[in-house]
Amino acid sequence: MASVEQLTQHITAGLGDKLAGHFVAFGELTLEVNPREIESVLRFLRDDADCAFTQLIDLCGADYPQRTLRFDVVYHLLSMTENHRIRVKLQAGEETQVPSVTGLFDAANWFEREAFDMYGILFSGHPDLRRLLTDYGFEGYPLRKDFPLTGHVELRYDDDQKKVVYEPVSLVQEFRDFDFESPWEGARSMGANLPGDEKASGDNSSNEQES
Amino acid sequence: MSMSPEKPVEDDRKFTINFGPQHPAAHGVLRLVMDLDGERVERIDPHIGLLHRGTEKLIENKTFLQSVPYFDRLDYVAPMNQEHAFALAVERMLGIEVPKRGQYIRVLYSEIGRILSHLLNITTQALDVGALTPPLWGFEEREKLMIFYERASGARMHSAYFRPGGVHQDLTPQLLADIDAFCDPFLKVLDDIEGLLTDNRIFKQRNVNVGIVSVDDVHNWGLTGVMARGSGLAWDLRRAQPYEAYSDFDFDVPIGKNGDCYDRYLVRVEECRQSIRIMKQCIANMPDGPVSSTDGKIVPPKRAQMKQSMEALIHHFKLYTEGYHVPAGEIYAAVEAPKGEFGVYLVSDGSNKPYRCKIRAPGYAHLQALDYLSRDHMLADVSAILGSMDIVFGEVDR
Repeated sequence: MASVEQLTQHITAGLGDKLAGHFVAFGELTLEVNPREIESVLRFLRDDADCAFTQLIDLCGADYPQRTLRFDVVYHLLSMTENHRIRVKLQAGEETQVPSVTGLFDAANWFEREAFDMYGILFSGHPDLRRLLTDYGFEGYPLRKDFPLTGHVELRYDDDQKKVVYEPVSLVQEFRDFDFESPWEGARSMGANLPGDEKASGDNSSNEQES
Repeated sequence: MSMSPEKPVEDDRKFTINFGPQHPAAHGVLRLVMDLDGERVERIDPHIGLLHRGTEKLIENKTFLQSVPYFDRLDYVAPMNQEHAFALAVERMLGIEVPKRGQYIRVLYSEIGRILSHLLNITTQALDVGALTPPLWGFEEREKLMIFYERASGARMHSAYFRPGGVHQDLTPQLLADIDAFCDPFLKVLDDIEGLLTDNRIFKQRNVNVGIVSVDDVHNWGLTGVMARGSGLAWDLRRAQPYEAYSDFDFDVPIGKNGDCYDRYLVRVEECRQSIRIMKQCIANMPDGPVSSTDGKIVPPKRAQMKQSMEALIHHFKLYTEGYHVPAGEIYAAVEAPKGEFGVYLVSDGSNKPYRCKIRAPGYAHLQALDYLSRDHMLADVSAILGSMDIVFGEVDR
């Protein structure tokens, strides 16, 4: 197993300006690429003898609604021969056509379908971009952060109509989402201001830093 | 090119049938839409997601500790192996170390989980191809193992036992002695099951040279675990990228030669024996000490401490309401689950809940290769191939 540093050097030398960035965190190497380059980057990683990332272990989406390009598409590759792993990330918007990598790895097929199903990320050149995990006729993209945890519809068997019917979700009481985060350590990381925070701003700012 | 007169006759042989979603050989709720030419399979379109529960979405709305039980409900025949991947991911992000005894208990229970899963698979695969006795024998042993689960965690299946920081409770010496006493008689039962199957003519006719996976297929389709080892790749994360205390143990990684369903069966049987070997070493060398990290900011205190210590009481309250905060960042942690590489891609934004938790289930990658592996096989081979893939819908659908 080559060290992460050696691998980083080798890959940055080999890919050059195709990479938008790279960093190592928790001992794992992450490459950031432009959607245009994803196919050529993965091809290099797969075919280069020292990389030999021949397995696409995972492909998934992630949603960051506050960004202009709200989605991350994350590829995890594994090399069984060289025994190392790598993560490749790209950013995509709701309209971005991310080139499909099904031509490089057959395994990408369902993973891309899942990312499309869950986030609505579009993959161009995918042979069969249908929904996969959600119900037949499902609407919406459930893993987006703005999709409610309870969903929009619920279903039940209707004895009169003798079939399953879909109805809008009706909750007897509001969904209880407890926020236990302590205001002095939790809320700041969320970037949110709690009611009453404005009173403490200004002259007490040095106090806040301490905690 | 004009229409030949034979064309309609040719088309008579082709039809599309629906398999499942409620079918005993589907190992859960799987719907296959199969295009057949006579009895020959031309294409399979698996429809999955009938057991989709939105686990990843739910985890995003729970604290890190509350997320643990969701992992039991993925591959529900080996629950603790899943929890293990999540616990490793959280621990690596927090930078905490599990004490040696906790690590050994994790290894012990991971191997019990492996036997649980393999026993289910070996025996139900035999059932799929027509043998009724192996499940009856195998499930008796699974019952004993689930009692060990219950004695450690209080639950037979949904154990929530491997928690970030260690394991929830210590094992009693009696329990360790009982697990030790289980090992040798179990090898005898395994021999008996093998006696029913390994040289059984019908079993071999249904499995040998069926569903052959080549080394290239393993790479291309992202196959791991037994699906890779059955094809001769000696790849085992316990050996290749040792996590926990696996580097302390002596075990072999069995591999197959032909990559067919029969080899995968043989690999699973041998892995059960190796698991027993690991379990015995585990019990013989079980260290003393705490079973979970003593960092009070991560692991809740024991009940007895709470009666005495104000600080423990505060920690208990904070950890079971707010939970702990995990530093921002992302990580991928994988374990060698019985079915293959089970990975967790965890993104934290520094709050007390995971921002994103992608579960990489081995069965998901395996099932999507079903179409490819079943092409040009007979209809009856599909259930043999499906059985040898070791599919559990809890993890495929999530």
